[in-house]
Amino acid sequence: MSFQILIEDTGETYACAEGETLLKAMERLGRKGIPVGCRGGGCGVCKVQVTQGDCQRRRMSRAHVTLADEAQGIGLACCLIPQADVALRVLGQLREPVLRAVPRAFTV
Amino acid sequence: MALSAVLRPGHVCLRVLDIEAALKHYRDSLGLIETARDAQGRIYLKGWDELDWFSVVLREADAPGMDYMGFKVLNEAHLARYEAGLKAFGCKVERIPAGELDHCGERVRFDTPTGHFFELYCQKDLFGNGMGRLNPNPWVEGLKGMQAQRFDHCLVYGDDLDGTVKLFREVLEFDLTERVMDGDFMVGAFLCCSNKAHDLALIRHPEKGKFHHASFLLGSWEEVLRAADLISMHDISLDIGPTRHGITRGRTIYFFDPSGNRNEVFSGDYTWYPDHEPITWTTDQLGRAIFFHDRQLNEKFLSVVT
Repeated sequence: MSFQILIEDTGETYACAEGETLLKAMERLGRKGIPVGCRGGGCGVCKVQVTQGDCQRRRMSRAHVTLADEAQGIGLACCLIPQADVALRVLGQLREPVLRAVPRAFTV
Repeated sequence: MALSAVLRPGHVCLRVLDIEAALKHYRDSLGLIETARDAQGRIYLKGWDELDWFSVVLREADAPGMDYMGFKVLNEAHLARYEAGLKAFGCKVERIPAGELDHCGERVRFDTPTGHFFELYCQKDLFGNGMGRLNPNPWVEGLKGMQAQRFDHCLVYGDDLDGTVKLFREVLEFDLTERVMDGDFMVGAFLCCSNKAHDLALIRHPEKGKFHHASFLLGSWEEVLRAADLISMHDISLDIGPTRHGITRGRTIYFFDPSGNRNEVFSGDYTWYPDHEPITWTTDQLGRAIFFHDRQLNEKFLSVVT
């Protein structure tokens, strides 16, 4: 069983296996430039906002995700495990490389 | 190996998000030995060849990073001398009572211009390395994981690099072994109180008080490769390596603990003496200075900190 993950910023989708984090599945896209950091919820580079679908949340650094952020679905992709199909936006340091890597025709 | 009254890096206190997950990492993967737990729930560990009771303290918190790093000093007289020097330099200095950390005497805690906290102390209980001091064996059996011998050094990031370098050189009598220069502007400094290539490393960074890694010593390049095997076998988040540093010549691999604090295990450097001229690296050669084989700047290694 796997879930479909939609990156709203680009319209791309990718599959995330049950129990797998959003970041791990995104790493499998093999996209050069996605800033994978510590993969442990500490460094804050893989920040996303989940706009649809539930995720189980592992503990992550309060220095990067405040309670107010959490209420808006913001979290670190390395600590979010989808429980359903998910739509997300990329934030912070993740934004530029994800958007940059999309073919130009795709962004018109 | 000490050549000054500051003997060596004695401990590092790390914040972790989940203390049991962290213990599993530091004990079973890195191979440190658990030696105590205190009333606050902090866990104490040491490398197998360290004699004092602990060198790593794990504290559960809601954000990872380094609380402080401690250096052991020869005796009370030098501790008092350094304390006076730190105050004269303008540091915020505080005495932490004996026993606040289990098995550790009174500590002199101070802040630095880069926004980190360090400590000096001169007493810690003896735990031993399991071999005694009379006709000992060369190593102990039954070790786990990477079998780290000792906590060796930290690399920290902060803004006022010149200020912290001045503090460690002038007040604490450290030597500058290597530096990274952008023209006349220092961006990296490697400092030692002993005979090693570094006991503390500093990189200039806009934010104060950041932690890059805590490093642990292994016995050989073969053991660094074995650590790399364990990183895959234990599904640990790999950063980079195994490879070679230009700076310090260390043979190295970097990875992350389950809370995102970076660790290094490494083998080999060179013997430093205070009459040596520091080694200088220029930023146009920074790629090979950091990773001598790749010769490429690695954005993640440079920018990911806790």
